[in-house]
Amino acid sequence: MSPVASVKTLKIDGRDLSGRQEETILDVARQNGIFIPRLCEMEGLSDVGACRMCLVEIKGQNKLLPACVTTVEEGMEVTTNSPRLEHYRRMILELLFTERNHVCSVCVSNGHCEMQMLGQRLGITHVHFPYRYPQEDVDASHDRFVIDHNRCILCTRCVRVCDEIEGAHTWDVMGRGINAKVITDLNEPWGSSETCTSCGKCVHVCPTGVLFEKGRSVAEMLKRRQFLPYLTLMRKENE
Amino acid sequence: MKQQSTILVIDPVTRIEGHSKITLHLNDEGRVEDAHFHVTQFRGFEKLCEGRPFFEMPSLMARICGICPVSHLIASAKACDSLLAVRIPPTADKLRRIFGLAQVVQSHALSFFHLSSPDLLLGMDADSANSNIFGVAQKSPELALDGIRLRQFGQQIIERLGGKRIHPAWVVPGGVSEPLSVENRDAIIRALPGALAIAERTLEWFKSIMERFREEIATFGNFPTLFMGIVKEDNGLTFYDGKLRVVDSSGQVVADDLDPTHYFDYIGEKVEPWSYLKSAYYKPEGFPEGIYRVGPLARLNVADRCGTPGADQELAEFHELQRTAVLSSFHYHHARLIEILYSIERIEQLLSDPEILSKHVRAVARTNALEGVGACEAPRGTLFHHYKIDEQGLIRWANLVIATGHNNLAMNRSVLQVAKHFVHGKRLAPGMLNRVEAVIRCYDPCLSCSTHALGQMPLEIQLISPEGKILDELIRD
Repeated sequence: MSPVASVKTLKIDGRDLSGRQEETILDVARQNGIFIPRLCEMEGLSDVGACRMCLVEIKGQNKLLPACVTTVEEGMEVTTNSPRLEHYRRMILELLFTERNHVCSVCVSNGHCEMQMLGQRLGITHVHFPYRYPQEDVDASHDRFVIDHNRCILCTRCVRVCDEIEGAHTWDVMGRGINAKVITDLNEPWGSSETCTSCGKCVHVCPTGVLFEKGRSVAEMLKRRQFLPYLTLMRKENE
Repeated sequence: MKQQSTILVIDPVTRIEGHSKITLHLNDEGRVEDAHFHVTQFRGFEKLCEGRPFFEMPSLMARICGICPVSHLIASAKACDSLLAVRIPPTADKLRRIFGLAQVVQSHALSFFHLSSPDLLLGMDADSANSNIFGVAQKSPELALDGIRLRQFGQQIIERLGGKRIHPAWVVPGGVSEPLSVENRDAIIRALPGALAIAERTLEWFKSIMERFREEIATFGNFPTLFMGIVKEDNGLTFYDGKLRVVDSSGQVVADDLDPTHYFDYIGEKVEPWSYLKSAYYKPEGFPEGIYRVGPLARLNVADRCGTPGADQELAEFHELQRTAVLSSFHYHHARLIEILYSIERIEQLLSDPEILSKHVRAVARTNALEGVGACEAPRGTLFHHYKIDEQGLIRWANLVIATGHNNLAMNRSVLQVAKHFVHGKRLAPGMLNRVEAVIRCYDPCLSCSTHALGQMPLEIQLISPEGKILDELIRD
């Protein structure tokens, strides 16, 4: 048998759709204008299934599966929205809000934040869990950029873009569980990082106000991400 | 003996901004011996901003208050301008001035119409259930409507400049984030005549009813104090920038050309065990002799002129009220109305400058100084923001001195004066206690602004029996 691209047919929210076998449910949904919330996934970066916002129901499986890392299969019947999914998504997002100190009103990304927009879309008006109020650092040692760990949701977009697109691998994750945090080099101040090229890609892929340009005031940090699919494409063509 | 005394508690004090109570201490004859104005709420802004990038400070500090966020934005941005060590573009300076003046109009309108006009229109002895803006609307729909319109005028300017009415993030270190559009300028200009007519009409009405309040004028904080305010180079009224001036009760200048950025050289703050609000005093006179007042009354006492035609005429009349400085805090109302008139006229002057539409509204710089002070005149008085940052630009220390804090000593003394005159413990009437509250309203205190300290505040807890006897007392200092 020759390795030809195999096309799978499946149903998403009752619609008959098709996708290539290596495509994920999220890819196919996006191509067909079906909204599935996500915070860690980003076109042009590898997928890690970290945020769990894109969980979907698949007929015949009791387990919810993340759409960003689940590839399509023949005959699959996917539901992207149900009271159960809405309940879990809202709960996950509420937990993210409680985990660190997300104060939208005075955040550089207020009005341009993916997490805030998702909160609005999911109709979150209250958080039903106690806030943790951890004491997190702000590292403003870099000449041009600042990282405020208070707003980090550990999506690892910065880690992936730095490694996969820029090739610097300045960012990584340290610690486990609730103590995990993103670090530069071997947990050194960003300003003294020897690997950072100051390209700023991490700043622009960050879904919240964790990474921002120095000198930005509240609500002033607009992130530009158009560059990412283009860069990915160019990288592939050069390979 | 204190244990035998009767204490009257007015809790909460109504029609003011924030939470407070007043206690009146009566002696055996039922006469008022002492009075305290307690600010019972607690904020923590000086502490919670530590560690934050200073570029966030204007918007972070604006959250202190929903009524005068613009003043905090301006004082904070000015402090940040000095951390950047920049001179902001002239258009940004003018736009910030318009922004501040618009807030003066809306904030003063709120104080005069929504909070104090019930006392003025319906009388100090009116039924408390009716003493509110709805009671005013019933008796004089025009007056209530004027108040609402004037506030709308101020709020809409803030929205046109800053994008939203409350807590706009438009004022930034180095200037403002967006220039003024032609459409917005023209829309503001179109609204000016209506607002001006309201200001003039209200001033005439207030002057016509002043006679009815002779007793209040004589007893509402009518005592000698110093007065402090920022004045322009020509000693004219300003809300944005200038030098501090202090005058005494005779109207003589006791200190002039004081640099607001050195406020700590001449302003001291004392913590009292019974309030979260610190008491500011003028250091050269010491505590409590250094009692001074800020805000509309003080500004008009320290300023030689306003610089706009209508307000200058009114200021001349105002200075006629008393040959010395105008001493009664009742006249805060009058001063407030003159300042509304001034603000509207001044907005018109600033908008007529073609430079106001310039697109160059922000100076960009890095951190160039590690300490900065910003001062401006908020509606309620002089406001200081003082920050220290580290090399990375993160806040390490902040101190705010807020208008209501400057007036704390005077407010307490005013409460005592009014209570001594009007309250007789043997036969209490609602009007008596309303006057005690009304004198506080003259100062238009903003308590959410003024109680921003964090830490272990000295506190006094009293257990009082229904008869008013102190059963137990716990003092932490």
